[in-house]
Amino acid sequence: MSDDTDGGGRSSALPRILWKLARLAATVALTFLGLLVVTFLIGRVVPVDPVLAVIGDRAPKSVYDRVFIELGLDKPLYEQFWLYLQKVLTGDFGQSFLTKRDIADDIARVFPATMELATVAIIIGTVLGIPMGVWAAVRQGRLADQVVRVLGLVGYSAPIFWLGLLGLLVFYARLHWVSGPGRVDIAFEYSITPKTGLLLLDSAMQGQWDAFRNVFSHIILPASLLGYFSMAYISRMTRSFMLNELAQEYVITARVKGVPEWRIIWVHALRNAAVPLVTVIALSYANLLEGSVLTETVFAWPGLGQYLTNSLQNSDMNAVLGGTLLIGGIFVGLNLLSDLLYTLLDPRVRRQA
Amino acid sequence: MTALLTVEDLRVTFPTRQGPSEVVRGVTFTLGRERLGIVGESGSGKSQTGRAILGLTPPPGKATARVLDFDGIDLRAASPATWRSLRGARMSMVMQDPKFSLNPVMTIGKQLMEALKFGATQSRSEAKARAIAMLEAVQIRDPERVFRAYPHELSGGMGQRAMIAMMLVTEPDLLIADEPTSALDVTVQVEVLRILDRLVAERGMGLIFISHDLRLVSSFCDRVLVMYAGRVVEELKASELKQAQHPYTRGLMNCLPQIEGGQRPLPTLERDAAWAK
Repeated sequence: MSDDTDGGGRSSALPRILWKLARLAATVALTFLGLLVVTFLIGRVVPVDPVLAVIGDRAPKSVYDRVFIELGLDKPLYEQFWLYLQKVLTGDFGQSFLTKRDIADDIARVFPATMELATVAIIIGTVLGIPMGVWAAVRQGRLADQVVRVLGLVGYSAPIFWLGLLGLLVFYARLHWVSGPGRVDIAFEYSITPKTGLLLLDSAMQGQWDAFRNVFSHIILPASLLGYFSMAYISRMTRSFMLNELAQEYVITARVKGVPEWRIIWVHALRNAAVPLVTVIALSYANLLEGSVLTETVFAWPGLGQYLTNSLQNSDMNAVLGGTLLIGGIFVGLNLLSDLLYTLLDPRVRRQA
Repeated sequence: MTALLTVEDLRVTFPTRQGPSEVVRGVTFTLGRERLGIVGESGSGKSQTGRAILGLTPPPGKATARVLDFDGIDLRAASPATWRSLRGARMSMVMQDPKFSLNPVMTIGKQLMEALKFGATQSRSEAKARAIAMLEAVQIRDPERVFRAYPHELSGGMGQRAMIAMMLVTEPDLLIADEPTSALDVTVQVEVLRILDRLVAERGMGLIFISHDLRLVSSFCDRVLVMYAGRVVEELKASELKQAQHPYTRGLMNCLPQIEGGQRPLPTLERDAAWAK
């Protein structure tokens, strides 16, 4: 009995996957419904009169009443929510009072900028952060560990706008290593046909390598700064996960087997530490995708952070709600992704799921 | 009998806030191709003795010895490369609980192959054949399936057999078994021990069997070292355990409950600070 391996139930694999997918879909749908309720209620709770936001405060009473009814504000709250839900499901987030465009279009315009920046940043943060964390764990308490600690501490605590300005001053104004604020020089702005909205990708796909280099020299400084912040966090977490793994018995087993130290660190321990690290990286990425207001302001980056701040300051509630939904969606999506990766990385989760 | 392992005056020290604390204090013994048991209570230094022989004293601990000789190789001066060529290939260790001592995200097969890969040179298919044969040798009924399985898919007894297979697949000369059955169900314990016993006897290797279970050790080993507070207080043949002289060993023996004519209450173990001197 106790000697049996448990590998049963392999024949019923297909229905189980379908069942899993159905459950996943239900979870996602429920999460989004909750998100919609919250954003909807936020829109109703804030002390902003949506009518005044549309007509301005000098319109006559008759116009006010008409718009009040047009917006459906006379109906009970649940009915309003039902209408809102229907609209959102058809991809209609309403119009921005500020830009007079559909929110969906606005977001499709600003989000790729943020996404491109965030993606380059998280790549920098991960590629540097993980080896640094591993290194710090292996040399715990020694010089390398201290260096990584100090680098990380600066990463957490230095205000990004200050680092950003400093970076611009040194690398742009003095050394001319990188380009200044903005996503791309005006000379290239209209030569790249936007397909994905990710300029690096678009210019590379169209073979415009001059434009690509220009976009790269614009993005590298803000992305490095944001990447530095994720690196600080990721290296810290990697260090603590690795210390935990290196203290496990299976590491001694590997040593007893004569496995070389590099393999113990990078294969045995890191492979185990990767499981919780996935969540850390996914959440860092989600945070970056929200758009960093300060970085986007300093670098004149036309991204989601700037757009949302601007909308908030002008009580453009449709835009704020649309943006909030998007950010919520990103979090749900990345959480799903990290769950998926968990299943791939950890055989113990694979069976229970 | 030629000595496989000679240990003289082995000491393991850990720095603490109150100054260095010596957990192994001058252990001396020699081992041929025989089965040597080390018994003692928790904290007596038996496990640290085993780890020090493999050069695996956990930092910041330090192991020193006057002589630490494995088959003519001075282990005190061994370079990392020497250690790697010795560990796995010529000396290995079975640990207590397969739940922790097997890497949870690697299949048993991969972990077994790893022992071979860094122990000897051979082709992949040869290595796999050897690994499967080794799993059969530890009486695993479906070795192909266990080869593909992850550690959490195995029971404790099965996991420990896989562990033994992993440690013996390279046919080392010395095996240290550190409480290899303490984490297992009593029913499985006997089976695992029998497997271990047979393999060790067949291959003629030296075995150091570390346990807190005096009866188990005496039934399983040729010689027994009794450790107390980091020292060997008595060394005797397993068959002559009844003639033990040291009060600590006698105390341990007296604590074993007897089926016939049971003593009530069971005597408790008395300790004398003088023994630790």
